[in-house]
Amino acid sequence: MLPFILKRLGLAILVALTVSFISFSLLFLSGDPAAALAGETASGEDIEAVRVLYGFDRPMLVQYSEWLMRAVRGDFGESYYFKLPVASLIAERLSVTMILGACGISFALLTAVPLGVVAAIRPNSIVDRFALFLSVAGQAMPSFWFGLILIVVFGIKLGWLPPSGASSWRHFIMPTVVLGYYAMPAIMRLTRAGMLEVLNSDYIRTARAKGAGEGRVLFKHALRNAIIPVVSLAAVQMGFMLGGSIVVESVFALHGAGYLAWESIARNDLPTVQALILIFSMFYIVFTFLADVLNAWLDPRMRSS
Amino acid sequence: MSKDMTKPLLSVRGLTLDIPLARGTLHAVRGIDFDLYRGETLCIVGESGSGKSLTSLAVMGLLDKNIQRRAERMDFDGTELTRASNRQMRALRGDRIAMIFQEPMTSLNPAYTIGDQLIEALRLHRSVSRDTARARAVELLEKVGISAAASRLGQYPHQLSGGLRQRVVIAMALMCEPELIIADEPTTALDVTIQAQILRLLVDLTKEMDVAMILITHDLGVVARVADKVGVMYAGELVETGPAAEVFGKPMHPYTRGLLRCIPQPGMTERGGELGTIPGIVPSLIGAVQGCAFRTRCPHATEACGGEIPVRGEQSHRFLCVYADGARSVEGEPA
Ligand SMILES: Nc1ncnc2c1ncn2[C@@H]1O[C@H](COP(=O)(O)OP(=O)(O)OP(=O)(O)O)[C@@H](O)[C@H]1O
Ligand code: SF4
Ligand SMILES: [Mg+2]
Repeated sequence: MLPFILKRLGLAILVALTVSFISFSLLFLSGDPAAALAGETASGEDIEAVRVLYGFDRPMLVQYSEWLMRAVRGDFGESYYFKLPVASLIAERLSVTMILGACGISFALLTAVPLGVVAAIRPNSIVDRFALFLSVAGQAMPSFWFGLILIVVFGIKLGWLPPSGASSWRHFIMPTVVLGYYAMPAIMRLTRAGMLEVLNSDYIRTARAKGAGEGRVLFKHALRNAIIPVVSLAAVQMGFMLGGSIVVESVFALHGAGYLAWESIARNDLPTVQALILIFSMFYIVFTFLADVLNAWLDPRMRSS
Repeated sequence: MSKDMTKPLLSVRGLTLDIPLARGTLHAVRGIDFDLYRGETLCIVGESGSGKSLTSLAVMGLLDKNIQRRAERMDFDGTELTRASNRQMRALRGDRIAMIFQEPMTSLNPAYTIGDQLIEALRLHRSVSRDTARARAVELLEKVGISAAASRLGQYPHQLSGGLRQRVVIAMALMCEPELIIADEPTTALDVTIQAQILRLLVDLTKEMDVAMILITHDLGVVARVADKVGVMYAGELVETGPAAEVFGKPMHPYTRGLLRCIPQPGMTERGGELGTIPGIVPSLIGAVQGCAFRTRCPHATEACGGEIPVRGEQSHRFLCVYADGARSVEGEPA
């Protein structure tokens, strides 16, 4: 198991370095950063002065390694817009996004896996059809639209839940449902397909021939195998959900990192965008790595390959 | 547990399996009768699709839900299997009746160690500690000829070869000391060189532990060597059943003779003698089936073969044919 983890860890670090380089180059790809900093009215000399002041005239690799060393220490520079350290700006918002992400994926897994299992045990039953309907609807309906419907119905008409803000746990209910529903269909369908396949396999027949009861057959023998690909998918979905959280946070006016990203792109606040891209990618890489480890733990065949 | 040797351990009468399909009902198994006594080995032979696996799954109560099972009697040591509850069937399965399937590569759960799976087999039926179960697992792995048995317990199925896996499957079937083992082509999926070893092992162990066995196989050479009784299946019927020596020495049904003609006589039968191929097609078993299903291929078929077919012979050696001697005299053999 350890060699496998080390291999995956090495891979993850490599991907992280590549991604960090890409997000660093963003600053240059989007035009001359010195000109952007100096402002529209600046003369040629002013821009040159800014270039030297900020060190943009030095070789790219030198700048990158300096930037990276600072980023590792949590120093992402100063926001063009807020004139505040990007790190403190993000730290404040990131917890909102993390809570939302954790609630969203939990909601998705807690609804999708049981539904997928029941749908697989009773294909074409009412539950199966209901699950299919939910997943088709979930994939056809854009998150912002679903979010707006919830706000109108539960926030305004019925007045059960606060329509926007982040000041209590009740504020997180609707965003969680919207974000989780975004990831649910794919997880449900994979669980259903996996269970259907596994339930037809020879080792399930063996388990029954041993005299195992239905519950044991379903959960100990079948789900344990069917869940393996679902773990990888859930990790990928977590990554997508960070993106989805940009939409959800803006619909519900939750001031999280997703909302900040949205605003910063609109404001051309490059250091903030850069830092957010880096952080979101790192989350994604960490999730993928954890999913690999979890997969190896669940599937002994992976460990030795 | 009464061990009455005069009564059959398993007695089946009129076992019928119908499968509703879009094109009509498939009469996959049509009125099977057989008795199996303690310690006996019954070999069931017959070509692909004749209903051998379905018959064994019907005894285990493991048929797909869409398959309709009927029987006048399916008595296992006093328990009527057709009326047994799910709970009663679960208590029998793996404990008193064990099953070995054809595919060793896929019949073990890839997510658990073989130790876990062996221990589970015992602990599902006996309230023993894990350590006791583990000791039993090691003992049986040694019995099925696996070296360094204790260290194998922590291995996963994918780390073992097909032959080793099938040994594990056999050990698993023996964990609870069953009275009946149903082995459905247990060696077909293995290398030819290993097939004989594994089969030898299975036969030796069942004899040693006095376990009755229903062995489904295509290999007539194996049947000749290990069977106490033989059942020949054709298109969902047991067209001939009887003591092995009699069926081989004086095969009554024309289909049985057709099979045996392709290989040398019993005792001299070579290893790996596969079922011979008899020209002709098997009739569809969808919809009403009338008369002898073998008549499309039988060299002695007459008009009467399309009607009711009587059961011939005595209870111990029976066959289904319009000819009282199974057309032996027509073939110039002593009747
Ligand atoms: N679940 C099922 N649904 C529909 N038809 C089935 C099902 N199971 C078996 N059959 C059909 O029933 C017939 C008997 O099948 P069975 O598996 O018992 O044959 P078999 O004698 O074991 O053959 P083989 O030697 O190939 O294993 C076949 O025609 C098969 O296609
Ligand atoms: S009943 Fe007729 S067709 Fe069938 S085996 Fe006897 S002779 Fe042949
Ligand atoms: Mg079969």
